[in-house]
Amino acid sequence: MTDVRDALMVARASDGRLVRRPLSPHLQTYKWPVSMAGSIFHRVTGVALSAGTLLLVWFLAAAATSDGAYATVSGFIRSWFGVLLLLGWTTALWYHFCSGIRHLLWDAGYGFGKAESIRNTWAVFGLTAILTLLTWIALATQL
Amino acid sequence: MSGTAKAPTVRVMRSQLGRVRGLGAAKSGTGHWWAERVTSVALVPLTLWFVYACLHLAGMPRADVAHWAANPINAALLLALVLVTFHHMQLGLQVVMEDYIHTEKTRMLALVLMKGVVWLLGLMAVMAALKLAFTG
Repeated sequence: MTDVRDALMVARASDGRLVRRPLSPHLQTYKWPVSMAGSIFHRVTGVALSAGTLLLVWFLAAAATSDGAYATVSGFIRSWFGVLLLLGWTTALWYHFCSGIRHLLWDAGYGFGKAESIRNTWAVFGLTAILTLLTWIALATQL
Repeated sequence: MSGTAKAPTVRVMRSQLGRVRGLGAAKSGTGHWWAERVTSVALVPLTLWFVYACLHLAGMPRADVAHWAANPINAALLLALVLVTFHHMQLGLQVVMEDYIHTEKTRMLALVLMKGVVWLLGLMAVMAALKLAFTG
């Protein structure tokens, strides 16, 4: 034992012998239940949205700078690449939004049972699709 | 496992409790966890407002965006959105880095770098929002 953190992995059996605590099997051992996908997707969308704040900062800075800078950012958002990014970010935003509320409900002690947590994972996926679609319909009717 | 593995030995004089004290994953109690929840609760209404605002602003010329951002209510909500978003983002990215970067030095470097970048981005957004609020 070289690292002090190893001490956490060593315990004493009732007869006083030192024993290594058992480890639970790692991720690869399990079949992927949908709730596992839902959990990792929350993290992935969180990181994606962090990258997405670059566009928010660019937009605000351009709006506060000049007409030329504003035209550049508007042009980028309207390009096929900009629209693709925006589509990804609206999906990520609604997913993280719905999944985040689910996490808050879990923290408060609701919806954490095995069957219901699987159900509400699917509900989060469904709601994300609906809200993303509604957002783009609203955007399309606006422009 | 205990049947086959060699019995471990501990060649240190300090007690196990003494050695693990202060080495928990959180290191500072529930402060980080709680801040993440509080910011996420605040972000629920702010996000809805943000999407509504984006749809409202889509396709507008700059002068109209500036005019919108100069309204005190919009300016306050925009600032709140930026501040809470970047704080929440910094808290979340920290957890991701702490989970996946296992080398102490690299992790510390990555965390400091990430916090610096998030701070700068947040400040840029704040400055832009303030400039629009006062001059728009």
